[in-house]
Amino acid sequence: MLEYLPPAFVLLIGAALIGCVRGALRTLVVLTAPILTLLLVWQVPDGVVFEVAFLDFAIEPIEGSPVRRLFALIFTLMALIGGLYAYRQAAWHELAAAYAYAAGAIGVSFAGDLVTLFIYWEVMAIFSTFIVWNGASRDAQAAGIRYAIMHLLGGVILMIGIEGLAVQTGSIDLRPIRAVDLSTWLILIGVLVNAAAPPVSAWLADAYPRSSPTGSVFLSAFTTKAAVLALILLFPGESVLIGVGLFMIIYGIIYALLENDIRRILAYSIVNQVGFMVCAVGIGTEMALNGAAAHAFAHIIYKALLFMSAGVVVYRTGMNRCSDVGGLFRTMPLTAICGIVGALAISGFPLTSGFTTKTLISQAAAQESMAFVYFMLAAASAGVFLHAGIKFPWFVFFQRDSGLRPKDAPWNMALAMLIFAGLCILLGVAPELLYGLLPYPVEYQAYTSGKVLFYLQLLLFSGLAFFLLLPLMKRTLTISLDTDWLWRALLPRIAGHIIRASLKIGQPFLATILKSLARLRGVAAALLSVSSAAPDAKPSGLLARSWSIGSTALAVLVLLTLYVLAYLFWNVHT
Amino acid sequence: MTGKDEQEHWLARPATIKRLWWGFAVLLVITVLAQLIVHVKGYFVVDGWFGFGASYGFLACLAMVLFAKGIGFFLKRKERYYERDDDTGGDANA
Repeated sequence: MLEYLPPAFVLLIGAALIGCVRGALRTLVVLTAPILTLLLVWQVPDGVVFEVAFLDFAIEPIEGSPVRRLFALIFTLMALIGGLYAYRQAAWHELAAAYAYAAGAIGVSFAGDLVTLFIYWEVMAIFSTFIVWNGASRDAQAAGIRYAIMHLLGGVILMIGIEGLAVQTGSIDLRPIRAVDLSTWLILIGVLVNAAAPPVSAWLADAYPRSSPTGSVFLSAFTTKAAVLALILLFPGESVLIGVGLFMIIYGIIYALLENDIRRILAYSIVNQVGFMVCAVGIGTEMALNGAAAHAFAHIIYKALLFMSAGVVVYRTGMNRCSDVGGLFRTMPLTAICGIVGALAISGFPLTSGFTTKTLISQAAAQESMAFVYFMLAAASAGVFLHAGIKFPWFVFFQRDSGLRPKDAPWNMALAMLIFAGLCILLGVAPELLYGLLPYPVEYQAYTSGKVLFYLQLLLFSGLAFFLLLPLMKRTLTISLDTDWLWRALLPRIAGHIIRASLKIGQPFLATILKSLARLRGVAAALLSVSSAAPDAKPSGLLARSWSIGSTALAVLVLLTLYVLAYLFWNVHT
Repeated sequence: MTGKDEQEHWLARPATIKRLWWGFAVLLVITVLAQLIVHVKGYFVVDGWFGFGASYGFLACLAMVLFAKGIGFFLKRKERYYERDDDTGGDANA
């Protein structure tokens, strides 16, 4: 019986319960719901567990495979540790939304068909929007609306593609396809919207940094990585993804270098890291897909850790900008150390999880003799160290003494950070733990002395470049234009012009309409005689006053006669 | 509370920073020289050259920082850029 219970439901029920109970009971729900989900996730067998007929299609709510379980595992783990991080500080509705959001991601992981995938896809879109809205500022509301529109649009594109494919092939089975015609392209585009691919990467850096300090931890984990899983399942080896991925990698670095908002730096680096995974899916060999899955797993952990560290800073200081903070290592040593561990992991330093997973992707590129991709990935690895690996900890915790002396993290936030920091290092020193869970057998030795030396050179000299070029990287109180300028500035401007122009043209018409309305009102007032000045006075108008029974009956008789005549007349003529 | 009499954190003292720079420089030299002993396998010939990782890392970062700096002239706007737009948009509708 229990195997028919989709793991996502447990977390959804947990999310609902969070809203129903309070106090210690709520804490219990927050901490046990993901653990129960974890047990179920681990028991999902390979293959389709059960089918439900829907119209002419087979709905497969649960389908297991190693890569699906791997993603569901990390999504659930993220919910658990994120719940631990947030439960004492976040509002209950944010926690509930976060759990429902995680449930959506877990549902996507096990979706055996495209309709199930789509439903959970929308669950993610809806509840992640609530998390964005939980950011306190007015900015957060507007950003949440933009975020929702983007994801609902992406969902519509995905849905059209799915329907097209269903009509063409008669099947909604979720299996590897090629982007060859309109419907498959629409599916690819719909998935890529959630992966923050160009040209709409801007939604991510727009929305995530405006959420609450705890909300951004959840946001960093699910949407983009569920999209990576969908790409792995649907479009392995789709070569256009190599180019898309490389663009995302460079885009993320350049924008992060220009950015001043602490969490927006990290948001841009999500795009950068997802670019590595998208590129790997595009390469499409077993090793590359292993690399994409492993990198997604490791990435969720270190990126959440970075957002946790940044979240503590925002929570304790209330400041969002690099130019406002600095020197925080004095009173926040634990947060600083955890942030540095996350930063080293994202940079792929040897002995961290980033090194053992990212090099899988580079290696796959090398094996396929893709020199350009290989050297771009190497340059990007250096760039990641530059924009996230040093920039984030340097400007937040060192740089200069801002005079701020905030307290270090509350115990639950500290514990969550320590767990994830520990995992970053554990997967770095014992990569076989993760390699054993990958979809394909791994015959890869992460630690050869030559490779370690190559990456040490690459990263340490990037560090040198950072400190030598610091004068060029002065923080400025600016934002950077992106394609979202089109819908945040250009579109409102055009809409404003259209409204103003139509008002000008419509003015005479409007005046006429208003005048006739006023005349009508005069007639009505004469008939009903309801004076607006004294609404309680006895009505004296023709239609408003009380009539005697006889005249009322006569009026009804006349009306009915007219009706019957009209009816007969109508019937005779048709 | 950040009074001048408060002892500066050891990590922020100029002497420590100087020592850190020296340590970093030594580390850099070691990682390059280590290539004399450790063979770095080149997948595409050039990446096996002596000091390739070091120079490539440095130059890639230099290029990216300069590129970002250059493109920043076109892309950077004041923080309130979009809000000002929102306001005028609101006025136009009113």
